[in-house]
Amino acid sequence: MPVITIERKVLAKNDEVATENRTLFARHGLFVFNVVSSPGAGKTSLLERTLELLKGALRVGVVEGDVQTDFDAQRVARYGVPVVQIVTNGGCHLEAKLVQDAVASLPLEGLDVLIIENVGNLVCPANYDLGEALKVVVVSTAEGDDKPLKYPGMFRNASVLVINKVDLLPYLPCDVEALQRNALQINPALRVFRTSCTSGDGIAAWCDWLRSRAADRP
Amino acid sequence: MHEMSVAQNIIDIVQQAVPPDRAPAVTSVRVRLGSLSGVVVESLAFCFDALVADTPLGRARLAIERVATACDCQACGGRFEPDGLIFFCPSCGSGDVRLVSGHDLQVVDVELDDVPAEQPPCP
Repeated sequence: MPVITIERKVLAKNDEVATENRTLFARHGLFVFNVVSSPGAGKTSLLERTLELLKGALRVGVVEGDVQTDFDAQRVARYGVPVVQIVTNGGCHLEAKLVQDAVASLPLEGLDVLIIENVGNLVCPANYDLGEALKVVVVSTAEGDDKPLKYPGMFRNASVLVINKVDLLPYLPCDVEALQRNALQINPALRVFRTSCTSGDGIAAWCDWLRSRAADRP
Repeated sequence: MHEMSVAQNIIDIVQQAVPPDRAPAVTSVRVRLGSLSGVVVESLAFCFDALVADTPLGRARLAIERVATACDCQACGGRFEPDGLIFFCPSCGSGDVRLVSGHDLQVVDVELDDVPAEQPPCP
């Protein structure tokens, strides 16, 4: 029986476009990170606090990904930064091509940092490279301390963990130390920040790190 | 999940590799699937069958070759195949491991009938 050998990665097309994105971002000297979490963990709130604090210090652009609506782009636009909304119409994650098309409408040459806020989903976005330098996974205390163990793929692929909504800890059964320990068991290299977008706790430390990463870029 | 778009990617890759007149002769598409690929096999096969139905690739079926997860321990240097999705070295207990396989998601090859389907039968 004749056989045609192919040996091609199924997501090769996505990886090729991600490489193009990475080249484009490098040409503009951009530090790009991809923010992932379950829905409602506080990705957009973290962006809002970050944009507030970095105003005047760094020029930031934002790509928003959601299944429906441009609510998040509207929230982010209030901070006077260039933002583009991707509506996936049911798609459970962003793909490199969606990001490539979206950033065409952003003034990349005038930016230092590009933040890509992925669709709220702790599963699929782990498998799609968008051309970012690193992934930041946000988990909120209200989700419970076992989340890293239940969704290990995302925590393994991320470089930074933001534990958000720490102001709620007095009211929740979440053990924040266990949460952090669980995440570090899966990925000992994770850099961890604890934040509250309501009280502002921890936002300065996170922004300091972001500033230093942006300064390190080529 | 995104099995439908994964199935479409597989079909695109097969269409690029197989000459259009040979597509009806394709009986099997071999796909290597790691246990960490995030793809549900039953769902992928269902989507693939639905997408190829009534197309030149209509006879093709997926043949899934599963690849186990393997890790190298960065602490003691041992290689192991972890149970489940959380990786601890069974020898020294370290969680500092490097993944060597498991994310595989590749089209390996396609099998075709010996005789092109569109060739008229011998009289």
